[in-house]
Amino acid sequence: MSLDPATVRRIARLARIGIDESDVPALQGELNGILGWVEQLNEVDVEGVPPMVGTGHAALRTRPDVVTDGNCRDAVLSNAPDGVGPFYTVPKVVE
Amino acid sequence: MSLTELTIADAASGLRARKFSAVELVRAHTDAIAALNPRLNAYITTTADEALKAAQQADDVLAKGEARALTGIPLGIKDLFCTNGVRTTAASNILKNFVPPYESTVTANLLRDGAVFVGKTNLDEFAMGSANITSAFGPVENPWKRNGDEAALVPGGSSGGSAAAVAAGLAMGATGTDTGGSIRQPAAYCGIVGLKPTYGRCSRFGTIAYASSLDQAGPMARSVRDCAIMLQSMAGFDERDSTSVNCDVPDYSAAIGRSLKGLKVGIPAEYRAEGLSAEIAAAWQQGIEWLKAAGCEIVDVSLPHTKYGLATYYIVAPAECSSNLARYDGLRFGERVPGDTLDAMYEATRRAGFGPEVRRRIMMGTYVLSAGYYDAYYLKAQKVRTLIRRDFTEAFGKVDVLLTPTAPTPAFAQGEQSDDPVQMYLNDIFTVPASMAGMPAMSVPVGLGATGLPLGLQLIGRPFDEETLLATGSALESAAGFTHRPAIRAEAAK
Repeated sequence: MSLDPATVRRIARLARIGIDESDVPALQGELNGILGWVEQLNEVDVEGVPPMVGTGHAALRTRPDVVTDGNCRDAVLSNAPDGVGPFYTVPKVVE
Repeated sequence: MSLTELTIADAASGLRARKFSAVELVRAHTDAIAALNPRLNAYITTTADEALKAAQQADDVLAKGEARALTGIPLGIKDLFCTNGVRTTAASNILKNFVPPYESTVTANLLRDGAVFVGKTNLDEFAMGSANITSAFGPVENPWKRNGDEAALVPGGSSGGSAAAVAAGLAMGATGTDTGGSIRQPAAYCGIVGLKPTYGRCSRFGTIAYASSLDQAGPMARSVRDCAIMLQSMAGFDERDSTSVNCDVPDYSAAIGRSLKGLKVGIPAEYRAEGLSAEIAAAWQQGIEWLKAAGCEIVDVSLPHTKYGLATYYIVAPAECSSNLARYDGLRFGERVPGDTLDAMYEATRRAGFGPEVRRRIMMGTYVLSAGYYDAYYLKAQKVRTLIRRDFTEAFGKVDVLLTPTAPTPAFAQGEQSDDPVQMYLNDIFTVPASMAGMPAMSVPVGLGATGLPLGLQLIGRPFDEETLLATGSALESAAGFTHRPAIRAEAAK
């Protein structure tokens, strides 16, 4: 599988990473290089092999549904890049 | 002996015997950082004032006879661990002003045991790299030099700042994190010991995430025993990490020097790969002889899916990275670049905030998870991962531990490797499979190569059997008698 320029632009858009038109050829080359290299996995027969989704040592745990943390609004907001009072801010999203 | 040349074990005894104070010990390291960090760039942030205050408190604790395992010991902390009130950058512009309001579990454990943090060590941006050249705060220089050659070498990565700091005497030990080799490969390049514990042994809470199914914290130090001492403190169950495993933490130091008589050591045929340098092949053979002499039985084993480890890694890790790094949106924390719309703000923020390697991995991960490609890439890689793990499980039915090289070559010079990302990825060919399988693994320096650079061997163990790694590693360490130190270090700079 080989990526065309439109696909490179689509991936960047999905990833919310801004790119210039002049970035596309280099990104296309690099991503195709990596994808071409991982094609080697097609040699491996995985018929009937389950996907590995964890190492199997940690069983998922449950805990009582109670509040364990909180009352730390200022700490949570302390790194907000453009906070106003007790709020985060975003550009206007409703026209 | 100079205070910056001591092991953690000897320094802890010296502090208890009042041969020197914690303030003297810590000051020796903060002075060394002031002298050498401008050149090595091993630290992104130094915390000398806080460290000296903590050292005074450590002296009070020592005077009362209440010292804990690491009381007064100066450590470097990889700048991927959140430290309460101390800037934590992940070596990325997007977090260049991020000050966590909380402490990671691993660093909290070290503080509980009395450790003194002298600074936050440099790394590849978000731990994505094998040479510590993707840091937004500049590359780290390896304190080692080739014989008769002043070229600046890379320290390996991603925990390159930690490895360089420990090798040069700018810390007695340091924390690292390892996703595909990021503790072991820099340890090998810098002539120190680095241990990646079993996945689930150390909590990931408060460690900035790269690839969550692989990331694991571990110790880096100048001796196997020092790694045991640090791991003792770092390891343990944590409710705040859903993948933390609730099993007892054994007495790791007790494994040091344990008899290896009858221990079965596997030598995987597939690690005699193309590109393995002759000097590393020779060091591997020497390691085999040493372990034989220590009473081990050497057994040839096969890990047939080894060659697919890297390709599997470069699907799974970018996929997880694209998901984890979605949180850097310029909204709640981190840097923001304004935009007219919300999407424009996201795109401008993430373009400016992330470096090229991070952007490349996010895009790669986004693609392999996207509709229509998920099964072909991500699901396929997860299945191959099962086969890689199965190889190890079968090998550990026959042997107790595996011995391999840590990396195919010694450290290389900055700019010496090609710009092709795939070529750079090949540095991790021997470390990635154990990461994919979640097995514990350790790199131990065993000698110098033809050009005077350190060479490391890797031991891979059964899940939660770090003790066998430490026992076998200490045998290699004693047999090798590795006492070489790099040209650039605190003691030599005086």
